[in-house]
Amino acid sequence: MSNDPTHQFLINKIVPLHIGGYDVSFTNASLFMVATVAAASGFLYFASSKRALIPGRAQSVAEISYEFIANMLREGAGSHGMKFFPMVFSLFMFVLTANLLGMVPYFFTVTSQIIVTFALALFVIGTVIVYGFYKHGLGFLHLFVPSGVPGALLPLVVAIEVISFLSRPISLSVRLFANLLAGHITLKVFAGFVASLGALGALGVGGAVLPLIMTVALTGLEFLVAFLQAYVFAVLTCMYLNDAVHPGGH
Amino acid sequence: MFVTPAFAEETTAEPAAAGETHSETGMAHEAGPKVFPPFDSTTFASQLLWLVITFGVFFLLMQKVITPRLGAILDDRKSRISKDLAEAAALKKEADLSVETYEKELAQARAKANAIASEAREAAKTKAAAERSAVEAELTQKVAAAESRIADIKAKAFADVGSIAEETASAVVERLIGGSVSQGDVAAAVASAKQEG
Repeated sequence: MSNDPTHQFLINKIVPLHIGGYDVSFTNASLFMVATVAAASGFLYFASSKRALIPGRAQSVAEISYEFIANMLREGAGSHGMKFFPMVFSLFMFVLTANLLGMVPYFFTVTSQIIVTFALALFVIGTVIVYGFYKHGLGFLHLFVPSGVPGALLPLVVAIEVISFLSRPISLSVRLFANLLAGHITLKVFAGFVASLGALGALGVGGAVLPLIMTVALTGLEFLVAFLQAYVFAVLTCMYLNDAVHPGGH
Repeated sequence: MFVTPAFAEETTAEPAAAGETHSETGMAHEAGPKVFPPFDSTTFASQLLWLVITFGVFFLLMQKVITPRLGAILDDRKSRISKDLAEAAALKKEADLSVETYEKELAQARAKANAIASEAREAAKTKAAAERSAVEAELTQKVAAAESRIADIKAKAFADVGSIAEETASAVVERLIGGSVSQGDVAAAVASAKQEG
């Protein structure tokens, strides 16, 4: 086992695969994507399979996550936004499950790869753009022209709006990726201190207590971050979808 | 930080070297252009493809199976609760209604009982009054009969007074004079005496 804190993000091929000159091997990342999907959909499927009027524990959790996202989307994008519910729900459950699976020691964290979070963010922004133009035509461009702005300031405001819109996929993906990456690296570094100090003898073992406490505390914090980042991702998705549903709305 | 295409080619050309790292050439190779794993663009194609496959499957499953099912469960519960509440309200209304009719009937029965009682009282009163008046009438009748009889007797007695006087007078005259006096004379004398008396 390497002590290099970035080692946990290394991608190893499990089944090498090449299609059209591209390396599309089945890797540990792919394996944990499959595990994430299997865990999330398996849980939701079996939790809701009894369709009990009085829910059990698992069904309660599934219902709570459903209503959590439904309320979030209704508040963020109004009742017209509810057609995006399956999308926001899938994104939230996927990110949350991937983050939580990543907390298991030796497990790969799917969301600590910039390409994964960037693809998810592009999916959100792509949906906003496609639905916005499909529903409102060129009226979607009102998004960049806030009403009530004096004419002289308009070019500046439009430029700012365009830049802020273009930076959304970057901020959305980097926020999730960086939080997960930084958290896992910090955890690994502190846990590494425990191991290397412990190897120094009695004094070292005494000194290793501090980073050990730190590691335990960080683990709790990381569970919070795992949930919080999934929540933030879903909330921002709702806000961006609101722009697609109501482009003149701000 | 992003990797140049040249490097990407280099690493894809040697997939085996990346796998078995710690050979001497591997070390030398790694020490040079080692890239931070999340920014290793050689893995992007694979990650994107598998993300599209897995997330696509997940999204379809959520859209077709899970969210309709959870939505149906929640809707069922909501409609069941509102139905039960409506039913409870209807039952309560029914109960209120029957309490109301019960009270109405009770009041009616009470009024009827009162009516019957007062009727009976009234009937008894009138019957008693009638009996009393009948008895009183009988009594007054009897009193009147008795009075008339007394009057009769009195009249008869008064009438008899004349004949008795006549008989007494004729007897007295007979003893005193020793002859008989005609009935008519005695009667006339008595009548005149009566008129004087």
